[in-house]
Amino acid sequence: MKKQPLFPYDWIVLPILGTAVVILFWVILSSTVSKDLPDPAKTWEESRLYIFEPFADRGMQDKGILSLLGLSLLTVAKGYFLALLIGVPLGFALGLSDAFAKMFDPIIQVLRPVSPLAWLPLGVILFFGTGKDANPWGALFTIALCSMWPTVLNTAVGVRAVPQDYLNVARVLKLSKWKTLWKILVPATLPYMFTGFRISLGIAWLAIVAAEMLTGTAGVGGFLWSEYNAGNNSRIILCIAAIGLVGFVLDKLMGLAEAQFKTA
Amino acid sequence: MSDFLIITDLAKRFPSPKGPVAVVKDFNLSIKKGEFITLIGHSGCGKSTVLAMVAGLSDASEGNIIMAGKELSGAGPDRGVVFQSPCLLPWMTAKQNVMLGVDQVYYTASSIERNQIAEYYLSKVGLGDAMHKYPAELSQGMRQRCGIARAFALNPKMLLLDEPFGMLDSLTKFELQEVLLDLWRKDRKTALMVTHDVDEAIFLSDRVVMMTDGPEANVGEIVEVHFPRPRNRKQIMEDPEYYRLKDELIGFLEERAHKKHHDSIAPTTPAAPAADTEGPAAPLQTTVTT
Ligand SMILES: Nc1ncnc2c1ncn2[C@@H]1O[C@H](COP(=O)(O)OP(=O)(O)OP(=O)(O)O)[C@@H](O)[C@H]1O
Ligand SMILES: [Mg+2]
Repeated sequence: MKKQPLFPYDWIVLPILGTAVVILFWVILSSTVSKDLPDPAKTWEESRLYIFEPFADRGMQDKGILSLLGLSLLTVAKGYFLALLIGVPLGFALGLSDAFAKMFDPIIQVLRPVSPLAWLPLGVILFFGTGKDANPWGALFTIALCSMWPTVLNTAVGVRAVPQDYLNVARVLKLSKWKTLWKILVPATLPYMFTGFRISLGIAWLAIVAAEMLTGTAGVGGFLWSEYNAGNNSRIILCIAAIGLVGFVLDKLMGLAEAQFKTA
Repeated sequence: MSDFLIITDLAKRFPSPKGPVAVVKDFNLSIKKGEFITLIGHSGCGKSTVLAMVAGLSDASEGNIIMAGKELSGAGPDRGVVFQSPCLLPWMTAKQNVMLGVDQVYYTASSIERNQIAEYYLSKVGLGDAMHKYPAELSQGMRQRCGIARAFALNPKMLLLDEPFGMLDSLTKFELQEVLLDLWRKDRKTALMVTHDVDEAIFLSDRVVMMTDGPEANVGEIVEVHFPRPRNRKQIMEDPEYYRLKDELIGFLEERAHKKHHDSIAPTTPAAPAADTEGPAAPLQTTVTT
């Protein structure tokens, strides 16, 4: 159902208006109470270089914004992939076996709300044995662990929600376990899985920034932290904007993929 | 005389807050090979429950079911089931839905042969042009046709149908009844079909089995239908015998189906055990069974 427009071009006029209000608020804030907060003009002036030379490489952390985002996305992709690889089978096991669900549901419910910031030190400790790689591995571990839960839980819910009718079809045809899984359970669960994938990706993106900040790994989060330490406050705002935009785009892309399965 | 399917003292209990309730009890029925039986009774009496037990989708609490000399355990493609809602898998086309079963039953056949089998039954039910469509793109009637094709394509020993035409308009229903009879006659399947449509029961069956009301529902009366086959709907409707049969069925459903359980409406009153045998003998005596 499409809503009536409030006035012509409201879909573009209103968002611009909203953004203007936020920027106005920012200007007022930076010129009154928070003198250390750079105003929009100063932010732009000091960040320009990173946007106009997006792939520049001036040092370990000091890179163009797209290079930084690329590094972060790469880590997220690895961690997220790991999360799906573990999360989907785990979700199926939880959904299919009552015993398994009873065994692991309580511990999952307890581990799930733990923040990435809390997991990270443990992740690094786990990989101390690897020497100087402990930090990136710890970051990967944290991303995978934190972003896994929505996939696990949504998959489990989806498996439980497979209509009995479909399972009866499998029983009448005497489909093997394997065929039932691939021909019936997986397709019937896909819409739920994709909802999980989407939420998981959002969490993975949240976790990467925290992980990079703590470990000092190169990427947009690491850059944000080093600029904070160097007192370059403008670029913190640049990073926030970049992180937000990328998160938004990722969510939209996953939303599109999800919609594909919803209609099927 | 060889009975193909023998149901003996079948009972099904479901747990309820007040302890287990026997929805079906002491259900006895024998079906000959090639016979078309319809099961008729009030909504909620336990028709689907009986059918699900024959299909092997639900375990019997008591009694047993013997098909072709062997006791049944679990579901299998030797009994093709047509469900009330066609239950097609929405992520597969009509043909893929049929192929799922064909691949399973004819696993030794070549892929060309299997495709031919699926296409044969799909065109038989009138889906020749729509077999590559997804269920969402098919009408209710077309989906039910596909469900019928899927069941027949398994080449089952027996067909089980649970109100397959319940949700269709009467024109589509008439047409699909003919399709069903046509396929059934060709392959001489034994068929057990649940319905609560009296006309449908008479038109299709060799025998109409009437179930009493639940709980503890079982076979009340059985009426034999002797119209010659292939049947012509118009001819049958003009036969006075048709109205006699119809009266009998409706008479049973309206009066005699409840006779065992006058007091079952008030669940708190303990059921009077005497009422079980006391009911007046059915005045219009037909082929009453056990
Ligand atoms: N899984 C279940 N658990 C508990 N009670 C059940 C269950 N399945 C069916 N029943 C009960 O068994 C009775 C018979 O149900 P059934 O579905 O067999 O009826 P039916 O004769 O097929 O009715 P309809 O014509 O409406 O399809 C009903 O009273 C129903 O509430
Ligand atoms: Mg039913």
